[in-house]
Amino acid sequence: MGELRRFALPDVGEGLIEADIVKWHVRPGDAVEVNQTILEIETAKAVVELPCPFEGTVVELLVAEGTTVDVGVPLITVAVGGDVPSPPAETPPAPAPSEALSPVSPGTASAVAPAVAGTAPGRDRVPVLVGYGVKPGSTTRRPRRADAVEPEAVRPDAGTASRAKPPVRKLARDLGVDLAALTGTGPQGSVTRDDVRLAAAVAEAGPTVAEEDPRAERRVPVRGVRKHTAAAMVRSAFTAPHVTTWSQVDVTETTGLLAGLRDLADFADVRISPLLPVAKALLVAVRRNPLINSSWDEEAQEIVVKRHVNLGVAAATERGLIVPNVKDADTLPLPELARALAELAAMARAGRASPRDLSGGTITITNVGVFGVDGGTPILTPGESAILALGQIRDVPWVHEGEIKIRKVTTLALSFDHRVVDGELGSAVLREVGAMLENPTLMLAWA
Amino acid sequence: MTIDAARGTPRGTVAESPPGLVQLLTPAGERVEHPDYEIDLTAEEIKGLYRDLVIVRRLDTEALALTRQGELAVWPSLRGQEAAQIGSARALLPGDMAFPSYREHGVAWCRGVDPVKVLGSYRGINHAGWDPRKHNLHLPTIVIGSQALHATGYAMGIQRDGAEDAVIVYFGDGATSEGDLNEAFVWSAVQNAPIVFFCQNNQWAISEPSERQSRIPLHRRADGFGFPGVRVDGNDVLACLAVTRKALDGARSGQGPTLVEAFTYRMGAHTTTDDPNRYRLQAEVEAWQLKDPVDRVRAYLLKSRTADQEFLDEVDAEAKEVGADLRRRCLELPDPELDELWDNVYVAEHPLLADERARFTSYLRSFDEVSR
Repeated sequence: MGELRRFALPDVGEGLIEADIVKWHVRPGDAVEVNQTILEIETAKAVVELPCPFEGTVVELLVAEGTTVDVGVPLITVAVGGDVPSPPAETPPAPAPSEALSPVSPGTASAVAPAVAGTAPGRDRVPVLVGYGVKPGSTTRRPRRADAVEPEAVRPDAGTASRAKPPVRKLARDLGVDLAALTGTGPQGSVTRDDVRLAAAVAEAGPTVAEEDPRAERRVPVRGVRKHTAAAMVRSAFTAPHVTTWSQVDVTETTGLLAGLRDLADFADVRISPLLPVAKALLVAVRRNPLINSSWDEEAQEIVVKRHVNLGVAAATERGLIVPNVKDADTLPLPELARALAELAAMARAGRASPRDLSGGTITITNVGVFGVDGGTPILTPGESAILALGQIRDVPWVHEGEIKIRKVTTLALSFDHRVVDGELGSAVLREVGAMLENPTLMLAWA
Repeated sequence: MTIDAARGTPRGTVAESPPGLVQLLTPAGERVEHPDYEIDLTAEEIKGLYRDLVIVRRLDTEALALTRQGELAVWPSLRGQEAAQIGSARALLPGDMAFPSYREHGVAWCRGVDPVKVLGSYRGINHAGWDPRKHNLHLPTIVIGSQALHATGYAMGIQRDGAEDAVIVYFGDGATSEGDLNEAFVWSAVQNAPIVFFCQNNQWAISEPSERQSRIPLHRRADGFGFPGVRVDGNDVLACLAVTRKALDGARSGQGPTLVEAFTYRMGAHTTTDDPNRYRLQAEVEAWQLKDPVDRVRAYLLKSRTADQEFLDEVDAEAKEVGADLRRRCLELPDPELDELWDNVYVAEHPLLADERARFTSYLRSFDEVSR
């Protein structure tokens, strides 16, 4: 019979108090080795892989992906040495992975923590680093002679009574709360003031824990990429006055060009999408109209015209919308640009885009066509002056050389910051991009 | 790849081997000659250096994992800098004195410090884990660059004792921007102190690239202070050994200080509290990966038939065992006795301290009487 060991969330970065659970790498039943990566967490400082401190078999994952847990909360139970025992009867209620989006408040995980503490005997020490002080709650004071005559110590039920400091005991007495009925959340399971107040409030409110209404609204905590996106969009929409211009473009020749590119050896190892010629056309248009690739410096009251183009491409990922950028995209030959775009997309999808990849963009393309829509009015990436939206490419009846033909047509939309870019310049850029996509020869001529 | 410098965005340059770099073993594991530096090691000696490199890397990996598991508060990883540390520390004679900064776990290994003792301060149970006099290795210094002054003073002491020892002081590229380092350069130069300034230029002072800290290569700073400076391939254990040995010999024979700039790279984060992805390019890390200090010695051993696969496997097995042993003993490290606080404050017993200790001991005892 193996021994059950729990691994609690450590402070992996000098003074952190919590972390988001990003991704589990193991499941119950998996064998794990010492130092095998079991989990990715995201702290205020970095995404960090946690290595397993035990060798054995995973019994249970105690926290769900997407939750935020406090330092000290048990993460995983591992059966060490021998067969996998069935989970013990006293296993506390902890959010199971399947409950990720259920209306459980994020605080629940920490509330159960002290009840399951005691990972291993003698392991409750907290390292103290010089200069960083002692974490609140990590120290306890032993009784000494002068205090030893407190009646509390000799109470007949001292063995089972809840631990609580005298002021907390008084508070409990005042509020009529029975300390023995409480499970403490303080250090070493001691009952805190908040525990007492909570119990008093619950008692006052009466038994309200009803069955969960299946039609009740579902509240999803906003965090991570969603939180970041929301803040960026609000900042952009309410600081930069947006203007959007539209243009419908016949891209039949460009789609023919793509087919031609795919046959070339230079592009043999890379997937080419319509994004490539659009990106190239935008880069050419930027070279001809440098002001479109600039930013507004509110503090200095200056327009900062960039001499390099870091081309952002908006990507829908599992973790939300992110906009990684291709650095110095204007200097890349076409095959390199194709490769960079493909890599960017793969990296974003895999969640490997680093903060470095996500910062420093100067202009952005968003391909809303992949969602099956004709167009949209994109919101600027904060700090940039223009964003180009590419709609879906559809077969439509179109006047071509004086006749109605079935042509491949898309809609381009360019949003720009009207503080920096006037309608004339914005329209010129959009017109030039459209012209190059209609007639790729222009791309060659202007490049 | 560079980004508009005017905007103050971090830049990363993928460093090519700079000119004037002393190298005796190429990244591909080829032995090359250098007119000023030669080295003649036996097969056993080279195998010994390889063993040091592998074991030190394993110890570092284990300590990093222990930190991620909450057993250590923080860890500055030496990954990538093994050759600079092993090569230089193996050049020391037993009587030489070394002054480390905080990343010199490889130097501690070479000075015979039990690896678990290195972990004590990172586990929060002591201020430092070893007796500096026993190992001739001073305690780790977290403050950037101050150890250069301590080392200079120590070297001047050796000089006044008429001893034949030398001093080596370790610091990083960031420390060269500190006043302490420059004061140490001035003092050791005018005193002709027997000291080697060993700079591990790992390219990044936390998030500040070294090219933002100096207009000239760091080793050329020595010119202005009037002593020689040399730049060595910090990922080449043989070159680091040869260059440091020559500098130490010079110090012992009255030729004064030398600045050695070991051109290397910090493969990991500054410490476990740092995320290097925020300021440097993955391409730069990958370029340095190709110059790995351990891989090139392994390649050399196999190509030159100095060692066979069996030897390499033995070293790997030994390293694994040393790592597991470090983990076990780290977890068993006892909490310190509080009255140890007074042990190493003065050389001899001091009446005021003795009194304080007595009172504190009696205070501590008052707890024992009530706890059963």
